[in-house]
Amino acid sequence: MIYLNLFLYFLEVGAFSFGGGMSMISLIQDIVIGNGWLTEVELLRMIAIAESTPGPIAVNIATAIGASQGGILGAILATLGVVLPSFVIILIIAALLNNLLKYQAVRVVMESIRPTVVGLIFGVFVTLGALTLFGTKNIYTPIRIDYLGIALFALLFLVSLLYKKITKKEPSSILIILFSALVGMIIY
Amino acid sequence: MSKIKELLSLFLSMLKIGTFTFGGGYAMISLLEGEFVSKKRYLAEDEFVDLVTIAESTPGPIAINCSTYIGYKVGGVLGACVSTLAMCLPSFVIIYLISLFLNSFLEIPLVAAAFRGIQVAVLYLILKAGMKMLRAVPKTPFSIILFSITFLAVVLFALFGKDFSAVLAILVSAALGLFLHFLRILKEKRGRTK
Repeated sequence: MIYLNLFLYFLEVGAFSFGGGMSMISLIQDIVIGNGWLTEVELLRMIAIAESTPGPIAVNIATAIGASQGGILGAILATLGVVLPSFVIILIIAALLNNLLKYQAVRVVMESIRPTVVGLIFGVFVTLGALTLFGTKNIYTPIRIDYLGIALFALLFLVSLLYKKITKKEPSSILIILFSALVGMIIY
Repeated sequence: MSKIKELLSLFLSMLKIGTFTFGGGYAMISLLEGEFVSKKRYLAEDEFVDLVTIAESTPGPIAINCSTYIGYKVGGVLGACVSTLAMCLPSFVIIYLISLFLNSFLEIPLVAAAFRGIQVAVLYLILKAGMKMLRAVPKTPFSIILFSITFLAVVLFALFGKDFSAVLAILVSAALGLFLHFLRILKEKRGRTK
């Protein structure tokens, strides 16, 4: 049963995520928290692993969650689920509808989805942030502020600003993750 | 024979890109361009630009969208299968291996401390990705309203411990967009007949 669920839920993620990477995190959060598969902290850990290993982030997250819930078969089914909608849709477009984007209705749908997706990302940031930095999920749970975490969060802004000044480039995700890992080892 | 060779070369190229790009789909685009447009010339420059637009505006992981499309152009449906498989394989193997050792790894106190730091880094990365996407959204009244309502709804639902459906939010905003679009067309038609 868990296998079928993994496949179907990740099929949904593959079919409804627009914009790649981070934009699917709100969908994944709904699934793993809603089903009680992972805690928020475990989810953040998996996002970190997905961001700091090579390859498509969506495939990384699907494999990680699938493996944690159903071993190798779970990993295969979750990955297959997240890939399948893309695969089918792109095949249809490549074979038949090369000028899909010239249809106005398609453009309208894309333009209306985009702001919603960005709103979802900011929502994920606030809910996961409340949990990691303030130790609270909702109004019914007590607040436990992680001052060190908040300090590290501020430090990341400063350091990446400094990095940008010196190298004229945004620091890569891996660099930020490695830096935080190092700071984490020292402060916690 | 040349067909098999072509598929093999496609497989190896995708395997290489899947193994060595960090940072997901967007980071992959320039590597795909280098490999399939500049080096192997499977796609023309303008076709590649179209491909990126299609990959960004269809659902699913951008890297998968790109690899399926390029695979199909090189070798039809079989090419698409080979290409997508090669793109996923390195990720799958690496993550699966990590998942085998992760739990025992996390029992080391120093590693657990590192991961507490990493949690904060992920928050920062989510915020940064959101801000980057927000800057790219055209600031029309409609998009500002959609953004604000979605954001507020997610936060309020979480605050009161209720489940929020991201899929529903996406479907509703698509439907709203289409509705307003057809309303506009209807209005224009009426304006013309008067």
